[in-house]
Amino acid sequence: MAVKINNNGQKIWKRRDRRAQLQNWALWLIGTAIFMFCWYQISKATNWYFVWDAGRIASDIGSRAMPPKWSYINELWKPLWDTINIATLGTLLALIVAIPIGFLAARNTTPSKLFVRPIALIIIVSSRSINSLIWALLLVAILGPGIFAGLLAIAIRSIGFCAKLLYEAIEEIDRTQVEAISATGASNMQIMIYGILPQVMPTLAGLSVFRWDINIRESTVLGLVGAGGIGLQLQGSLNTLAWPQVSLIILVILFAVLISEWVSAKVRGAII
Amino acid sequence: MLRLENFTKQYATGDMALKGVNLEISSGQVVALIGPSGAGKSTLIRCINRLVEPTSGSALLNDINLTKLSSSALRKARRRMGMIFQEYALVERLTVMENVLSGRLGYVGFWRSWFRLFPQKDIDEAFRLLQRVGLDHMADKRADELSGGQRQRVGIARALIQDPELLLVDEPTASLDPKTSRQIMRLITELCTERGLAAIINIHDVALAKMFVQRVIALRSGEIIFDGSPEDLTPEVLTNIYGEEDWEATIKQEENGNSENGEADKTVKDK
Amino acid sequence: MSNAETANYNGRKWRKPPFIKNPYKRWSLIIISVVYVVAAFATMEVDWQRAYEGLERGANFILSFARPDFVTRFTEISEGIIESLVMALAATVVGVAISIPIALGAARNISFLPIYLICRMIIAISRALNEVIVAILMVAIFGFGPLAGFITLSFSTIGFIGKLLAEEIEKSNKVQAEAIRSTGSSWMQMINYGYQPQFMPRLIGLSMYRLDSNFRHSSVLGLVGAGGVGATLNTAFSRYEFDTAAAIILIIIVLVVLLEYLSSLIRAWVQ
Repeated sequence: MAVKINNNGQKIWKRRDRRAQLQNWALWLIGTAIFMFCWYQISKATNWYFVWDAGRIASDIGSRAMPPKWSYINELWKPLWDTINIATLGTLLALIVAIPIGFLAARNTTPSKLFVRPIALIIIVSSRSINSLIWALLLVAILGPGIFAGLLAIAIRSIGFCAKLLYEAIEEIDRTQVEAISATGASNMQIMIYGILPQVMPTLAGLSVFRWDINIRESTVLGLVGAGGIGLQLQGSLNTLAWPQVSLIILVILFAVLISEWVSAKVRGAII
Repeated sequence: MLRLENFTKQYATGDMALKGVNLEISSGQVVALIGPSGAGKSTLIRCINRLVEPTSGSALLNDINLTKLSSSALRKARRRMGMIFQEYALVERLTVMENVLSGRLGYVGFWRSWFRLFPQKDIDEAFRLLQRVGLDHMADKRADELSGGQRQRVGIARALIQDPELLLVDEPTASLDPKTSRQIMRLITELCTERGLAAIINIHDVALAKMFVQRVIALRSGEIIFDGSPEDLTPEVLTNIYGEEDWEATIKQEENGNSENGEADKTVKDK
Repeated sequence: MSNAETANYNGRKWRKPPFIKNPYKRWSLIIISVVYVVAAFATMEVDWQRAYEGLERGANFILSFARPDFVTRFTEISEGIIESLVMALAATVVGVAISIPIALGAARNISFLPIYLICRMIIAISRALNEVIVAILMVAIFGFGPLAGFITLSFSTIGFIGKLLAEEIEKSNKVQAEAIRSTGSSWMQMINYGYQPQFMPRLIGLSMYRLDSNFRHSSVLGLVGAGGVGATLNTAFSRYEFDTAAAIILIIIVLVVLLEYLSSLIRAWVQ
């Protein structure tokens, strides 16, 4: 903010002084330029002929997809069950691995800041950076198609997420409670279960349910790369252009996601 | 029983928290440790059971040099030293009973403590101690449901169930109101007498200290500058410890005895 | 309390009070969980033979991280990565721009009921649909290429930013806005002066966070033909070119870390 006095001796108020104003303009200019560049790249790679036709195609697909083929639902129960299992067991598996990694990654509980902590952090970062669908792609290539690959993909992707939130919670615990337990002559493991675990328990429970909810969403599409679940049916229906089946599957997925969100909100409410 | 020799702590920042402290406490003796904030009172207590590692010097508990112990031997030695904390330091999400029993962790193995399968005699003792501090009906309450005074009682029970010879008490009353402060101090000193425990009570309330202990040690900038009976705490001595201030109030208050601490300070000064 | 009462405690059992008090509920919950896990495993069809054969390929893949191949498919990789970045950036800008009015509409305290319901519905749909499913539909409608990916990411950005920003606005201090309102300002002026300063830091923080998660998502959209590095990755996997795949994965990880670092810098600078 700046107040200046002009030639007539009047005070003039401006939001920014000249320098800040220039900086502001420059930032906007650079931002706009970057965005224009991005847009140019996208536009260059786009076949605009199709795009102008999009409205017609969309209404065409819409009319074919409606009404959903309700009878197809009977073939979806098993894939839906598989999807839920992938998410649930994947989350469980992820937690089993993520808890020790969280403890190894937290500054105050890691056995070695120089060696162990960086390794734990690298595991967390790699797991988090790669989308579960890519993990699934990789695991299908290694283990062959099926639920097992999907389950592992979900687990691997969730490890980083859970471990990150967990280690942040561990770093924020009340240190005096830990001190008090160590002052009794407890061993390191005992300090962990009496001094630290009770303090991070609410976070741990909350993030498990939260991650489970996310995993339900993610496991619905794993089938696209052959890793089991309802996505397999989606892929099949898309390949045969069976739009009424596609619309039913999407409805079922939406329904499952809504239910899982409701469950996770309920459980979190009960814990906290 | 406890002997500190040339006990020194220098923090990584270079601050000398303790400058060669020499101190001897005999069995069953209760000592108040006073001094201004930052004098090193907390550091001294924490260096004895090595929650903070002392830099040099030695601490001998029954002729065992605590500073030289390996970590497993240190854990054994810590069982003999109960600690009571300023902010109670209860594990808030555990029940009162679990908090008390956590004092036995040094004695039981990992799996027993994981499944909460403490020996029956520990549980008996825990119930007895809870009764002694007046909380036996609260055993299954969670620690964060208790009031400040109740929490500190649980903290005391946790320290005592260790079956210690020495209590390290860090500002037990700093977070409590004047009445509860007195009750807690009375409880601690009574229990020390009952069980013949030695104790170092780190306390900033001089009047309260004088009420309950027979020996006062004063620390200033990491050095002991007074060691004697409470009667010897004259205004000159207090000025030496804390700096210039009107000390008559603090001293008189103890003689009046019946009025509560903070209030009394003011009324006497106003006269 | 009398000694007779003390005696009562001897031998009294103590168990940790269970998390769920009602034993009927507790046991049915335990049984349901066990039955579920057993059923889930029992119905899982795993081709162990195939999995076992895959172990060698798995080892190969892990080893290929030691010698990632950036060179062989350098053009495809670099084009894919740039396309992913471009999509993420453009989609963040457009998505945030659209989500601001939607968030304003979805904030109960400043919006009218019909608009509130519409905006909330848009947010709910965007959040419920997985990016990949949206991408499939967009590819079907707009054809292959980054435009479909860009629209997909913009759409999912709306759900994310819209929801969190609306919550931020609902939490914001009403008095400041009332003060502006009382000067006789219009609705737009009230938003601009009364609310915008309050939610701006959060909006910038969320946008930066969304930029890096958009990049993460953009790397998979290629699998369904919506542009970005995913297509290259898919090809690499289907040809078992693990060295190239490892290279792409490493690049993604490094870029995600860099973006996260950048966004944390910007967030710290804004606050």
